Amino acid sequence: MAGEIGHFALILALFFALTGAVMPHVGAYRKDTRLMALGDRAVYAQFLMAATAFGTLTYAFVTSDFSVINVATNSHTLKPMLYKISGVWGNHEGSLLFWVLNLTLFGALVSWRGSKLPLQFRGRVLAVQSLLVLGFLMFILFTSNPFERLDPAPIEGNGLNPLLQDPGLAFHPPMLYLGYVGLSVAFSFAVAALIEGEVTPLWARWVRPWALLAWVFLTGGIALGSWWAYYELGWGGWWFWDPVENASFMPWLAAAALLHSAIVVEKRDALKSWTILLAIVAFSLSLLGTFLVRSGVITSVHAFATDPARGIFILAFLALVVGGSLTLYAWRAPKMAPSGLFGFVSRESALVVNNIFLSTFAAVVLVGTLYPLFVEAFGAGQITVGPPFFEYAAAVLMSPLIVALGLGPLLAWKRGNIGRAAQIVIPALVVAAVAGVVLVWQTSGGFVMTAFGLGLAAWLIASVLLEIASRIRLFAAPGKAMTGLKKITRAQWGMSMAHAGLAVILLGITISEAFTSEKLVVMAPGDTADVAGYSFTFEGVAPVAGPNFTAVRGFFTVREGDAILTSLTPEDRVYANPPMNTTEAAIYPLFSGDLYAVVGEAAGAGRWSVRLYFKPMISAIWLGALMMMIGGILSLSDTRLRIGLPTGKKQAQKPSAKAAPKTGPKTVQGARA
Amino acid sequence: MAGLQTRKKQRLVVVSLAVTTLVGASLLVLLALGGDSLSLFLQPSDIKDRQVETGQHFRLGGLVETGSFSRLDDGLTYRFAVTDCLATQPVEFTGLLPDLFREGQGVVTEGELNSSGVFIASTVLAKHDENYRPPGTMPKAEGQCSHPNDQAAAASYTGG
Repeated sequence: MAGEIGHFALILALFFALTGAVMPHVGAYRKDTRLMALGDRAVYAQFLMAATAFGTLTYAFVTSDFSVINVATNSHTLKPMLYKISGVWGNHEGSLLFWVLNLTLFGALVSWRGSKLPLQFRGRVLAVQSLLVLGFLMFILFTSNPFERLDPAPIEGNGLNPLLQDPGLAFHPPMLYLGYVGLSVAFSFAVAALIEGEVTPLWARWVRPWALLAWVFLTGGIALGSWWAYYELGWGGWWFWDPVENASFMPWLAAAALLHSAIVVEKRDALKSWTILLAIVAFSLSLLGTFLVRSGVITSVHAFATDPARGIFILAFLALVVGGSLTLYAWRAPKMAPSGLFGFVSRESALVVNNIFLSTFAAVVLVGTLYPLFVEAFGAGQITVGPPFFEYAAAVLMSPLIVALGLGPLLAWKRGNIGRAAQIVIPALVVAAVAGVVLVWQTSGGFVMTAFGLGLAAWLIASVLLEIASRIRLFAAPGKAMTGLKKITRAQWGMSMAHAGLAVILLGITISEAFTSEKLVVMAPGDTADVAGYSFTFEGVAPVAGPNFTAVRGFFTVREGDAILTSLTPEDRVYANPPMNTTEAAIYPLFSGDLYAVVGEAAGAGRWSVRLYFKPMISAIWLGALMMMIGGILSLSDTRLRIGLPTGKKQAQKPSAKAAPKTGPKTVQGARA
Repeated sequence: MAGLQTRKKQRLVVVSLAVTTLVGASLLVLLALGGDSLSLFLQPSDIKDRQVETGQHFRLGGLVETGSFSRLDDGLTYRFAVTDCLATQPVEFTGLLPDLFREGQGVVTEGELNSSGVFIASTVLAKHDENYRPPGTMPKAEGQCSHPNDQAAAASYTGG
């Protein structure tokens, strides 16, 4: 019964989406405020229906209702409750339903928080959002219905892929999806602005929090995914430039560019068409990512269940969304009012540089990801583009960005003084040079690129700190520093935090890539192996039993000198449903790096093959990502930037007439039914 | 005035900067795509067709042939054969095999041929497909060889 309710709710949602996608436009055309306001009702109804559907599917998973195919294929009665619930979005159909749930949730949030938006504009935004919901609901109902029944129902289910039965991966898809879908809001705002034919600084003020929110979720989702790969797959790697990973990385780059360019629109009323284009591109890259992952057109390490029919549907939807919005852009964007001006040396220019490098990098990743498709299409055989390509591109394109990143926040808006900024960051330059030279000297010149990376990280951290110091006039008036510190807004703290986070990530990547020690050995109980000055003693193995698996657990004692540091207990698990092995790496994080042990297979005579690592500073990668997220959240929590609550006060003070919220015969304000 | 500029000049600067970066990036792409960051993705029967040379780096995909798996005495080196049901390619790998590695199932390896025609794999990729059969490993002539393990592992009801 529950399954039918869910299915029915999805069909109802489809009709609400159709209403919401059409009526506000009709209302705007006929100047009928009641029809415009129908957009609000429609998105709430969509959310209610999507939540009902998602709730019933969750109920089916929790109660192990195997008469639903989706549950029978992906669940099992013995699975821990957490994974019964995460199983809802751990499969194709459920994940799409989750996507729709988020899409409708964001629609409802825009309506709720955006009560101050002009009614006509809000109606248009919600109409675009409803159109997206409509597309995805059709996809679900026609190709991937999660509520399909199975008769007769089996007694037991297949179980969830054990690799996915992990806390990190339980929350990785939801985070990523919230990020992907968050970008849909920026997209809807962009398309609505194109239809209305006007972009104002106020528009940027509404869009930026959404872009920032999406970016925070994307950061979290990507970081969780790579952390999972690091500890669960047991290869010690954390990023592979695999198409599926790139699929999430490209929208991240575009979102980062978007939230920076929106600042320029807000502050200087410039870069308007570019920002609109970025908003469209960012969401298109999210859709493209979904297409790449779900269609299986590209060979990926992280293969998902794929189906050509589904791929074709997403491709058609992608073509429609991207083609439609870009056509609209080509038609409407040139008509937008010309931009405001800023000096060549200014914060705005620094943000332009940021945008050029971020979007070029996104384009290069896109080319590298899709290149195998083209080669195959032209019959030149199957190829893969390997990590060297992407690493090369990252080094070449991100280095100048990081150099500019150190300087940018020190430049004044509109017209900056490079000399003053340079004066402030001289210490940062010294720190960076010293860090680089010391490393080259310590390693006798063996790690020039590492020295360069370390120098960049040091430069960035130092310039972030110097920026704060100069803001509070720490050196000019040390006595008043505390007062200055209190005056720094949360948005500014957020920026510093996120930039420092990038530096910390860079530090982690550089050091761990260069100085990881690895040993692959066969050990008998009592044997000792030395890795990077730590001695790992193998104590033997013992069988253990988990809730739905059995495992062989290896025991290692790790010593530094004579002192026992810790014991590591990696496992090799065998799950019963579905029958599968997984490796559970044992990781002990030290301040200087991670001790990492994996147990392989019995090699006869009580010996086991094992892999031992010392990975210096690798935790910095995820620590940095966390700092970026905290930075984003700090910035979001700034009262001046709260979602959908532009005060409008600051705008009114500006001399530019365009800064004021647009009024005119077309606009009907505040008449919410 | 040095600070403020005309709108035209500003646009010129921004556009030329963007074009320079884009051209630079395109050169970079051409350069890198021509180099060794590209690797072919082949199945065993392609190896003879394409006359792959010794030492050329490529990816090999296919099914692990049933009954071909063995471990050498050092406990770390494994030998197995990858097949696409038309041809079979012997593979040697030193390291820890990924969790999903099993006879009769799909595998993707990366490495090169040695002088005696054995594929020396530097990486054996872990695949985690929901249906336990990654794309790119489907045999070209599936009917010609049987892989009982594979049949059993595949989901018995596939939905949709």
